[in-house]
Amino acid sequence: MIDAENPQSCQNSWATLRIERGAKEKNHLLYKPYSNGRIIEPTSLEEEIKEIRRSGSNKDLDSATEFELSDIFYFARRGVESIMDDEVTKRFSAEELESWNLLTRSNYNFHYISLRLTVLWGLGLLIRYGFLLPLRVTLAFTGVGLLVFLTSVVGLLPNGRMKNFLSEKVHLMCYRICVRALTAIITYHDSENKPKNGGICVANHTSPIDVIILASDGCYAMVGQIHGGLMGVIQRSMVKACPHIWFERSEVKDRHLVAKRLSDHVEDKSKLPILIFPEGTCINNTSVMMFKKGSFEIGATVYPVAIKYDPRFGDAFWNSSKFGMVSYLLRMMSSWAIVCSVWYLPPMSREEGEDAVQFANRVKAAIARQGGLVDLLWDGGLKRAKVKDTFKEEQQKLYSKMLVGTQEDRSRS
Amino acid sequence: MGSRASRLLREEEIEEIKKETGFSHSQITRLYSRFTSLDKGENGTLSREDFQRIPELAINPLGDRIINAFFPEGEDQVNFRGFMRTLAHFRPIEDNEKNKNPSATEPLNSRTNKLLFAFRLYDLDRDDKISRDELLQVLRMMVGVNISDEQLGSIADRTIQEADTNGDSCISFNEFIKASFVVNIHICTVVLVLVNI
Repeated sequence: MIDAENPQSCQNSWATLRIERGAKEKNHLLYKPYSNGRIIEPTSLEEEIKEIRRSGSNKDLDSATEFELSDIFYFARRGVESIMDDEVTKRFSAEELESWNLLTRSNYNFHYISLRLTVLWGLGLLIRYGFLLPLRVTLAFTGVGLLVFLTSVVGLLPNGRMKNFLSEKVHLMCYRICVRALTAIITYHDSENKPKNGGICVANHTSPIDVIILASDGCYAMVGQIHGGLMGVIQRSMVKACPHIWFERSEVKDRHLVAKRLSDHVEDKSKLPILIFPEGTCINNTSVMMFKKGSFEIGATVYPVAIKYDPRFGDAFWNSSKFGMVSYLLRMMSSWAIVCSVWYLPPMSREEGEDAVQFANRVKAAIARQGGLVDLLWDGGLKRAKVKDTFKEEQQKLYSKMLVGTQEDRSRS
Repeated sequence: MGSRASRLLREEEIEEIKKETGFSHSQITRLYSRFTSLDKGENGTLSREDFQRIPELAINPLGDRIINAFFPEGEDQVNFRGFMRTLAHFRPIEDNEKNKNPSATEPLNSRTNKLLFAFRLYDLDRDDKISRDELLQVLRMMVGVNISDEQLGSIADRTIQEADTNGDSCISFNEFIKASFVVNIHICTVVLVLVNI
């Protein structure tokens, strides 16, 4: 599957570079604030329509008419291509596997093949649900319970070195128990680049498990909305032991408030690095989608981290429209294992003349390259929201320029 | 758990679609999984909203016209057969097809049928003629707000003038064929990036 996507990914990064270079030359603000900065390949629209006209017309092209009936083929073809396969909708459902991994949930268009396979599958079912699942659930309860209890205990201590030391130990221990609870086999690469205090760690987002995976190897300050229920209990006790950044639901909308709290946190060098997932939503780990620029405006050093799961042992992607949190965790705990690789990339800072969006895209490209993921400029928010009309308007504008531009040349001559 | 393919495609159906559209076996199964992944309601048919959920299609200026091409007159749902029949117009013409028996039914992706597909994108009321009004409306979709009514009107007039041979100020399908001048029909085919074909 990755092979089919590589042409697209090359096209995307080539097009990005071309447009970025062109924009730099003209000193244009390429990515408007609050827009999704999607590439509408301006040059390719013109070239392709010209090619359609050229291939058929027996008229002299220099005196080209502004409009040809055949122009419609360009839009028709692009439309039908996107119907057959598009870059975005497939990122919001689990990745297809080349060969079956004996989990019914990955059974996608595979039908009954042989008795032996069914027996193997049945055996696997028994092992996973009869043995692995109960074991893992026990571990999970232990881990979470210990986390809540011990962080509350540590929270009783006065602030100081002892508290930080103990808090670190407690957090690491509990997260490592949770990692065992999922049977996550993690390979950490380039640990010398691990995030330091006063920095912001950004990573691509596939599931809530990402947090556990990263936090079992280092201590981070989490950022998020405060929930009710069990989640809220965990959050409240965690913040007793060390400063995490939890927002009330109402505060989440206030961008300035969010930015202020984040920048206050990074300025205090004694506080832990912040962990943020700039995509804002879970993507299925085949691509990296648009990074929201909020965390890149703060001006702190950014430590990018790439996380790539191996889908053969268990698909970690959380399709929140299909599964709730609990059924998701049960699926995770009844897979074979969660195998993943984590790469700590060298720290990056915003360069001169680079705005937050360009910086975000640079970091995203680095993460995508390291993790072997497709780098997309589309917004992960498209999972639920409709795409903005501005992109359609951009295409209309480009096409109009083609039509009217020719007329202007003619009226001049 | 929720099965993804609410039902698998039967062999006979694949054969029938193959005969009708000319797609290969693996292309048909691949497009079937595409169909089911678009079918959020899991009822075996696609509605217009299902298509509009594709962002790249939603930003296409002629997106609505293209979506409309999949739905027969007055219907709001398209099943897999209808889906494939429309997509077949964009299947590349293979060389070995050119030598086939000329008296056999014209394949869906023949040059004429491709042009008919494009013609229908313009022909809003499906009366087999493109009137000035229809041409204006489609032009307006393609250019948005960037060109004035008068300029657009003159473009439309010029186009009809050049294409219209029988003087009825409309473009019929035959006039359309002559006017499109699209000799290299491979322009109107899609690259099917399908793995393991």
